[in-house]
Amino acid sequence: MSLKKISKDQPESFEFNNKSLEAAKKIISNYPNGKQQSAVMALLYIAQRQNDNWIPLSAMKYIAKMLEMPYIKVYEVATFYTMYNLAPVGDYFFQVCTTTPCMIRGAYKLVDVCKKKISEKESEITENGKASWMEVECLGACVNAPMIQINDDYFEDLNEEKLEKIIDQINKNQKPKPGSYRGRLSSEPENIRKTLLGNKNA
Amino acid sequence: MLKDEDRIFQNLYNDMGADIDSAQKRGDWTDTKEICAKGRDWIIEEIKSSELRGRGGAGFPTGLKWSFAPKEVGSRPHYLVINADESEPGTCKDRDILRFEPHKLIEGCLIASYTVNAHTCYIYIRGEYFNEGQKLQNAIDEAYAKGLLGKNAAGTGWDCDIYIHYGAGAYICGEETALLESLEGKKGQPRLKPPFPALIGLYGCPTIINNVETIAVVPTILRRGGKWFSSLGRARNTGTKIFCISGNVNNPCNVEEEMGIPLKDLIEKHAGGVIGGWDNLKAVIPGGSSMPLLPKEICDTIKMDFDACVENKTGLGTAGIVVINKDQDIIKCMARIARFYKHESCGQCTPCREGSGWMWRMLERMAKGEATRDEVDMLMDVTKQIEGHTICAFGEGSSWPVQGLIRNFRDEILERNKYDPMVQKKKSVPYLVDQHLLEKENA
Repeated sequence: MSLKKISKDQPESFEFNNKSLEAAKKIISNYPNGKQQSAVMALLYIAQRQNDNWIPLSAMKYIAKMLEMPYIKVYEVATFYTMYNLAPVGDYFFQVCTTTPCMIRGAYKLVDVCKKKISEKESEITENGKASWMEVECLGACVNAPMIQINDDYFEDLNEEKLEKIIDQINKNQKPKPGSYRGRLSSEPENIRKTLLGNKNA
Repeated sequence: MLKDEDRIFQNLYNDMGADIDSAQKRGDWTDTKEICAKGRDWIIEEIKSSELRGRGGAGFPTGLKWSFAPKEVGSRPHYLVINADESEPGTCKDRDILRFEPHKLIEGCLIASYTVNAHTCYIYIRGEYFNEGQKLQNAIDEAYAKGLLGKNAAGTGWDCDIYIHYGAGAYICGEETALLESLEGKKGQPRLKPPFPALIGLYGCPTIINNVETIAVVPTILRRGGKWFSSLGRARNTGTKIFCISGNVNNPCNVEEEMGIPLKDLIEKHAGGVIGGWDNLKAVIPGGSSMPLLPKEICDTIKMDFDACVENKTGLGTAGIVVINKDQDIIKCMARIARFYKHESCGQCTPCREGSGWMWRMLERMAKGEATRDEVDMLMDVTKQIEGHTICAFGEGSSWPVQGLIRNFRDEILERNKYDPMVQKKKSVPYLVDQHLLEKENA
């Protein structure tokens, strides 16, 4: 269970725009009749995407009405799962994985870079509003450690200099390139691959 | 080393492309209709004879699990749920299947749905795998466009729909009943078992839940025969497995290998060896963070399969191998894992919710050398209070790594934490619970 701060500045109201509404209807139709509550997680994502990557309380109320479920149940879901941001985050939201497999390959050095270049404390947005960062638990790319997730994308095989470059790029309004920063295309063993060589050369 | 033609995931490194045309060239979807025409009993028997065990961690025989589904569909529909909520630290095999071999998974879903009489299949992907989920969705759309899913899927006469459901960053949703709760739009808190999901699962209906890798190997097994699969590895530990080798190795990688391959071979041959040489090895976590670690002496000889790991007081789990060398502080590594479990406990059962925090705080102090000698036993006692006293296996998952640390590195902890036990110091510490034992007049 994670502790999450809910933003003190809440918008008065929230409504899905047409695009979100369409996506929401499509997702609700994935579940059997009368089980529309299943769509709550997906709808929270849609709300988060529409609202600059965070979910206001009014969006939870809106979703509760839409799915005909009590507001508190939506609130429970939104606070239980860690990927729902309940307070504003930067345009580029850095999530640094620091669980053991990343930690032993130097993830805390990346945390130091974030502290130096973004903000001293977690979840503080930079003055230009571009970035904020937080430590997260295992992101499931352990053979490409250390890695961070920025919004939807994984940035793998990093070190301090490469992360600093990424942050500089963002500050210069350039979009950093996701993927491995050592040129790996997948999770193959670099240089010493011994399997499936026939496919590689094909 | 396993021969290349015996590897199931030919596109593990994305040499050939993940789209449907490349997948069909590799042999996916070629005779799905004929396989299903052989009937449900034949499929279950073939999977049973292959001795395939679930790849999600527990290693439950898959054929047996499928046979638990009711034979006839009653008033309630059946569901198939695929567990792609891969969150175990050290594990990243399902990610590669989702992005590079999605058609193996989708075809497996169709065959499994047919076998367990399910018309609807949900794939529960962890929310962080957004891009992987999009790739899978593309593959599903491709399959629909070719008539391989939907009404009369692939000409089998069976209607099958597949939907993706994204999780949102909760490790506990990898536990099957928590996953079902999450799929129903609730907090992911595990259910009591029994009733087992095979009879009362999603929306109270019979539900079969399998890991991504388990389902993705099914079509190949049925094509090449259960005998072929069981000829690899040894009895009860058959087939191939994707191993994820991470941590202090020169070339961390995913690799598909035969079950029972020596751990040393995996690390030396495929992952380029331990950083600083084999002698610099400190410990290995063999199966994702919830499995107890192995000291170097055992790593020299152990073979990686379910039973050999259990004999060495650990488990194969998800085969996420985390290599830790002597440059690392082993106590700190385990303290970080304890912090992971503290963060991810769902909070339903008191022993796990409170105990996981205790274990983390005690280990943090031990890493700094601030603990007293007797606290090592106290920590062991805490782990025993958690293990077996929770609704789901998370209790074991959080306490086993700590037990493994104490079992194998007790001397190292004691060397760092030399303080005398508080009680023996005869200090008056008013908040000490057993203070009364020191005061004779109270005894």
